[in-house]
Amino acid sequence: MPYEEKVTWVSLVVMAVVPVAYFVIMLGRLGDTSAAAISYQWPLLIAIGASVVLTIIGSILTGIGSGISAELHGRSASDDFGTDERDKQISRHGDRVGFSVSSVGMVGVLALTMLEYDYFWIASALYLSFVVGTLVSSVVKIVAYHRGF
Amino acid sequence: MGKPTKVTNRIRALRFAADEMTQADLADRVGVTRQTIIAIEQGRYSPSLEMAFQIAGVFGVPLDNVFQYPGSEGMTP
Repeated sequence: MPYEEKVTWVSLVVMAVVPVAYFVIMLGRLGDTSAAAISYQWPLLIAIGASVVLTIIGSILTGIGSGISAELHGRSASDDFGTDERDKQISRHGDRVGFSVSSVGMVGVLALTMLEYDYFWIASALYLSFVVGTLVSSVVKIVAYHRGF
Repeated sequence: MGKPTKVTNRIRALRFAADEMTQADLADRVGVTRQTIIAIEQGRYSPSLEMAFQIAGVFGVPLDNVFQYPGSEGMTP
């Protein structure tokens, strides 16, 4: 498996787990608090920060694991770490699709803003758009690695 | 698994004809990852024209000896 695909898997897992935790916790608070009174700022910043940090740590650990695997199997380092034109094309392809999905979500965010929904819903919709766009991007990249494109 | 490209190639045959060159050797000489050579051989990826020329250059054959496109046989420039 190419290193870039492994990193994409890391991103996919992180972006599936962290936002789910955020939304479960925050939507759970709606039971006894109104949306206008929910203090979402710090949890949202922590969720975004955790996603970034976990993705970086996961990528580093993946790199270390790939290095050990290459050493054990006697492969060249470029075989496990190299990035070539195919990786770049797949990355661009995934990012383009992910951006399109996020853009659609932004229309929903714009609608919530125009309808003057609480900041909590606007921020959540914005975050959700970003998350779904990233997830779709990762899935498209992984499919492209396996089926070609 | 579907093949997203109509471009076919003889890389595998050419590798074996070239002293059973490994995919890793070819990848190193072209400057790409082994996974990309595998994807090209299996028809899951169409390389850029530049990479295609590099691959043909490694085997020392014209481009159309490596890559073929259906319906292009007998075409003249």
